[in-house]
Amino acid sequence: MTQLQTNTASATAGSTATAAFLEVRGLTVKFPTDDGVVSAVNGMDFALDRGQTLGIVGESGSGKSVTSQALMGLLKGTSAQVTGQAVFQGKDLVTLPESAMRQLRGRNIGMIFQDPLSALHPFYTVGHQIAEAYLVHNKASKKQARAAAVDMLGRVGIPSPEQRYDEYPHHFSGGMRQRAMIAMALICEPELLIADEPTTALDVTVQAQILDLMSELQEETNSALILITHDLGVVAEVCDDVLVMYGGQCVESGPVDNIFYDTQHPYTLGLLNSMPTLNSAAGQLNPIPGQPPSLLDLPRGCIFSARCQYAELVGDGVCASQRPEPRVDDGHGKRCHLSGPQIVTIRNSR
Amino acid sequence: MMTFILRRTGSLVLLLAAVSFITFTLFQLGPSDPAAAACGQECTPERVAEARVALGMDQPFLVQYIDYIRGFFSSRMIGAPGAQTLCEWPCLGKSFQTNENVADIIGRSLPYTFSMAIGALVLWTITGVGLGLLAALRKGTPVDKFIVGAASVGVSLPIPVTGLFLLLLFVNQLHLLPFTTNEINSPFGPQGPGAWVANYLLPWIALAVLFSASYIRVTRTNMIETFGEDFIRTARAKGLAPRTVTFKHGVRAGITPVVTMLGMDIGLLLGGAVLTEQIFSVPGLGFTAVHAAISGDLPVTMAITMLAAFFVIVANVAVDLAYAAIDPRVRLQ
Repeated sequence: MTQLQTNTASATAGSTATAAFLEVRGLTVKFPTDDGVVSAVNGMDFALDRGQTLGIVGESGSGKSVTSQALMGLLKGTSAQVTGQAVFQGKDLVTLPESAMRQLRGRNIGMIFQDPLSALHPFYTVGHQIAEAYLVHNKASKKQARAAAVDMLGRVGIPSPEQRYDEYPHHFSGGMRQRAMIAMALICEPELLIADEPTTALDVTVQAQILDLMSELQEETNSALILITHDLGVVAEVCDDVLVMYGGQCVESGPVDNIFYDTQHPYTLGLLNSMPTLNSAAGQLNPIPGQPPSLLDLPRGCIFSARCQYAELVGDGVCASQRPEPRVDDGHGKRCHLSGPQIVTIRNSR
Repeated sequence: MMTFILRRTGSLVLLLAAVSFITFTLFQLGPSDPAAAACGQECTPERVAEARVALGMDQPFLVQYIDYIRGFFSSRMIGAPGAQTLCEWPCLGKSFQTNENVADIIGRSLPYTFSMAIGALVLWTITGVGLGLLAALRKGTPVDKFIVGAASVGVSLPIPVTGLFLLLLFVNQLHLLPFTTNEINSPFGPQGPGAWVANYLLPWIALAVLFSASYIRVTRTNMIETFGEDFIRTARAKGLAPRTVTFKHGVRAGITPVVTMLGMDIGLLLGGAVLTEQIFSVPGLGFTAVHAAISGDLPVTMAITMLAAFFVIVANVAVDLAYAAIDPRVRLQ
C-alpha cells in the first residue's frame, strides 16, 4: 500500500478515489531559524491501511521523528511550517485546528516515544498517568479509569498490575517503563499508533519482547502502526511496508521484501551493507562514506548524489543537477536516476 | 521519617550552639564597651566598673557564655551580687540598655516582622512565579522581553531607592496611604485587616520589587526547560488540554527550584529585613537588632542572631519536606 507518488500526479490521476485510512501527500515541514530555513521534511507521500505496519527508516536527522510529530499535530504552536496533506479518516491533520487535533490525540492516534524514562512524568505514578489518558477521552469515574489502567497494565504484561499502578516511573525497569508507555498509548484503543524508535533505549533482549507485544496488540485491535526506527532488523521483523528516508525525503518505498531483496536505491543498499552480519569479513563495518546534506541548504540535484558512488553511471552530472522524480513500479517506488538494469548490476557486483 | 526529623533537630541544635558561640566571641572581641554604654554619659571609672559587674561582664568569658546558655533551660538570676533579679525561663538575658527581659523584646518585635514578611512573600511569589510563567509561555515575544527587562530593572533597584520613592509618591504626594505606624502589627487587631494591609503595603511592594525579579528569572528559565521535556510532549500526545499540560505536568515539575529559593528567602526575611524596617520605621527584629548592635546590647543582639539562624535552618528543613512532597524521587524510604 505504501506508494511513492508526486502529489500532483496522484491528485490529477484520481488515485485517491479509494480513500485510504491514512494518506499523506506532499508533507513538508520547515523550521525558520536564525541561520535560515531548515527543511526537515521535503514532500513525503505514503498511505497506510488498518492492520498494517509501515516502517520509516533513515539515519539521525533524516526527518523521521519530525514526520511523526507533524502527523500528531505536535508541531502546532511552534515555529514549524507544516504544509501538504495528511488525511486521516477524512480529516486533514495538517490543517485541523489544535482543539480538534486534541480530540484525535490519544483517542484515535496514539504515540510511543523513544526514551520511556524521560517520556513519563517523574512526579506521577505510572497508573495515574495511564488513567489520565483514559479520563481525557472517556466519560468515566476515577475508579473506572483506575480499573481500565490496571487492566491495560496487565495486558501489556506487567505483573501484579494492581500494585504496580501506584508505583512511580523510577521504580520500573526500562522494559517495564516502555510497556507502561504502550499501555498509555493504547488505553483508548487508537486506530493509528505511531511508535518513534520504541526499542532504541532498551536492551536487545527486551527489544524483541516489546516488538512482539506491539504486534500482538496491533493484531487484537486491528490498528495501523507506523514504526519509526533506524534498526533494519526491527523493520524486517514487524513491517509490511518500508519507507526509507534521506535528507527529509523518501528515497525508496515498498513492501518489506522488495526493499530487502530487490533494493532499488543506492542509499538503501548502503544502509543494508552497513549492517554488521555474523559472516562479514574481518569484522570490518561498511559505512556509507560522507555526511548527510545540510538541511539548511539542500543540493539542487539528487539529495544523495554527493555520497553516491554510482553517480558517474548516470553521467553528464545529471545526478548533481537534477532532482530525480519519483518512479513507481508495482508498488515499489524510488527517487533515483539509475535505470533498473543498472541497479541490478550494482547489486550483483556487491 | 523519624530518623530524618531527629537528625535535622540534632543538626539544628549544633548549629545554634555554633552561631551563639561565634556571636558571643565576636561581641567580646568587638570595640564597644557595653558597660560604658549602659552607664550613660559622664560616667566615672568606678561607676563603669559597677556597671560591668551588674552586667556580669567581670566574669571570665566562658563563665558568661555558660551562664547565658543556662538560661535556655531554666530561669536564672541576673545582676550584681546583692541586686540580683530573676530572669524567667526562657531566659535570653536582660537588655543592657533597658534591663528589660530580652524574650519580651523579641516577642514584641516579632509580630511586626511577621506582618512585613508574610505580605511581601505572598506578593512576590504571585508576581514572580506568575510573570515568570507568562514569560516562559510567551517565550521570544514582546511580552517575554518586557517582563525580562522589568525583572532586570527590579533586581537592580535597592530597597532604599524603591522604599523612599514609594513613600514619596504614595504618602507624601498622592496621600493614598498613611505613613507606617507601629500601632498595627496584626490583621486581627482593633483596626482590622484593611488598616493592616494599608500600613504594610509599601514595604511589601518594596520587598516584592526586589525579590520577584529573581523569581521571574528562575521561574522563566526552569519553565522553558521543563516545557521542552519529553514528558510534556507525552502529555500533549495524550490529548490533554493545554491548561492541564502547563500546570499539572509543567509547573509541578518546573517549580522545585522556586520552592528552594522561597524557603531560603522566608528564613532570611523572618530574621528581619534590616533595611526595609529602617526605611519604613517598622520596629521589627531587624530594626531592633540594628539598634541593639549599635548600642552594644549583647543579649538582644545574641537573641536576634540566634533567632535568625533558627528561622533559616527551619526553613531549610521545610524546603526538604516540601521537596519530598513534590518529587517522589526524593521521598524518604
